[in-house]
Amino acid sequence: MNHDVYKCKVISKKEIAPNIVDVTVLCREIAETAQPGQFLHIKCGDEISMPLRRPISICDTFEDKVRFIFERKGRGTNHLNLIEDEIDILGPLGNPFTISNDAFCNPVVIGGGIGTYPLLKLAKLLEKPTVYLGFRSKSQVTLEEDFKAASPNVTVATDDGSYGYNGFAIELLKDKIKQDKVDVIYSCGPTPMLRAVKELAEANNIRCQISLEQRMGCGIGACLTCSCETTSGGTWKYKRVCKNGPVFWSTEVVL
Amino acid sequence: MNLKVNIAGVELSNPIITASGTFGFGREYGEMYSLDELGAICVKGLTLAPRAGNPPPRITETYGGILNSVGLQNPGVDMFIKNEIPELKKYTCKIIANIAGNTIEDYCEMAERLSGSGVDMLEMNISCPNVKEGGVAFGTNAKTILHITQEVKKHAKIPVIVKLSPNVTDITEMAKAAEAGGADALSLINTLLGMAIDIKTRRPILANITGGLSGPAVKPVAVRMVYQVAQCTKLPIIGMGGITNGDDAVEFMLAGSNAVAVGTANFMNPYACVSIKKGIVDYMNQYHIKDVNDLVGQVVIK
Repeated sequence: MNHDVYKCKVISKKEIAPNIVDVTVLCREIAETAQPGQFLHIKCGDEISMPLRRPISICDTFEDKVRFIFERKGRGTNHLNLIEDEIDILGPLGNPFTISNDAFCNPVVIGGGIGTYPLLKLAKLLEKPTVYLGFRSKSQVTLEEDFKAASPNVTVATDDGSYGYNGFAIELLKDKIKQDKVDVIYSCGPTPMLRAVKELAEANNIRCQISLEQRMGCGIGACLTCSCETTSGGTWKYKRVCKNGPVFWSTEVVL
Repeated sequence: MNLKVNIAGVELSNPIITASGTFGFGREYGEMYSLDELGAICVKGLTLAPRAGNPPPRITETYGGILNSVGLQNPGVDMFIKNEIPELKKYTCKIIANIAGNTIEDYCEMAERLSGSGVDMLEMNISCPNVKEGGVAFGTNAKTILHITQEVKKHAKIPVIVKLSPNVTDITEMAKAAEAGGADALSLINTLLGMAIDIKTRRPILANITGGLSGPAVKPVAVRMVYQVAQCTKLPIIGMGGITNGDDAVEFMLAGSNAVAVGTANFMNPYACVSIKKGIVDYMNQYHIKDVNDLVGQVVIK
């Protein structure tokens, strides 16, 4: 077991875009063991009124610091936003991205919206990956500089064309596959984007890993509530996003 | 100080039991602390054949509680016996197998297969609100409870606990029917049938539309039902419903529970069972109570 419950001191917290909160906490145990794609299961309020933790991806780790970014969306994340001193975190959890620099030359990392955050640590560990980051519009563009520090090949796309490439990031990936050799694709983002990435990867025989999200209970694989449908079908068709995922091979899951 | 409790002839080292469905087969929590800490593990609901369960989403938070609709996803009773019992036998805690069937014959067949498998007790799940056939259909009618309990008792060679549904008009009628049918113990409550709607999409949050409500929100209902059932039967009671800390556990014991089960609280605090046990000990120290059994049914009604 490399996960446990930790009380983590908040060392920085700021809103980097409307409702997007960037937090760094102190936790050597998580920082030293976390792998890209893993997540934190975070206590957002008192356990009587708010009995479920919220799963939030790890964005980055360095030395004894863990960084995660969340969107203020509902009751849980609005409460989490109010915590200034110490956050109760269960982690690191889940199946990380598979990194093998020998087998996977020419990697592409493609993320959309808040799905770009779990990809930063991955992009840092890969050898000069091609990175496509999609956002709805300019006001939502986040972490561009962080990704550019990780790789020289970063392109930002906005749906409304207000910044960077005008259109969906998936179009950039389509062009890339036409022009260059791509050995592996890593992706996280809204389901329609993941579906398009999966189809594109499979049509071109490219290995592809995607990170999924689901409403979650225990976070450690016991309660079977955060299931996703897999291609295996039959009695074993549901797998646990928290334990078997959140990162899956695209060919494993039905989106 | 004595923490041992006896449920239908089975001695538990302490009154803490994990509630079925929240703790899997113990493997995941067993990585975090020794399961010897527990009085018993009540495992994920088992069916005769493996079950895929319901489509996601299967869980959502509500005020002070959660709604779930897993739909009895499990590997089937034979895989449980083969793969899980040997793992659970490494610990001193007792094993309770929760069984659910589509037919009375299913329950009887599972009782046969699990007797002598190393399991200490059976918990008849006749109260699952999340499956279409069987489950709660058996648990909401006193005549059916009497009949199914009698039939399962013919096949079970180990004590049988009947798990009661709160989704009934009068739970004491159901408890008395289980007792008349030969049940060795009762556990209550299963989840309350509930529903939540996303007002932005106007769709139910759970794919199954409805789900079972558990957590602190249901605790007063559960305490009341335990109290009522304790008044009308002589059977040992495993009380559950929103137990989150030692004080909650003590409250259930005062209402008439001989042991308590912890479910939803495990999700927030993976060590919940350990800290609840400690909370009971703290209460006993504070009030100079030497035997945990001295708490059972000691609510003072004037």
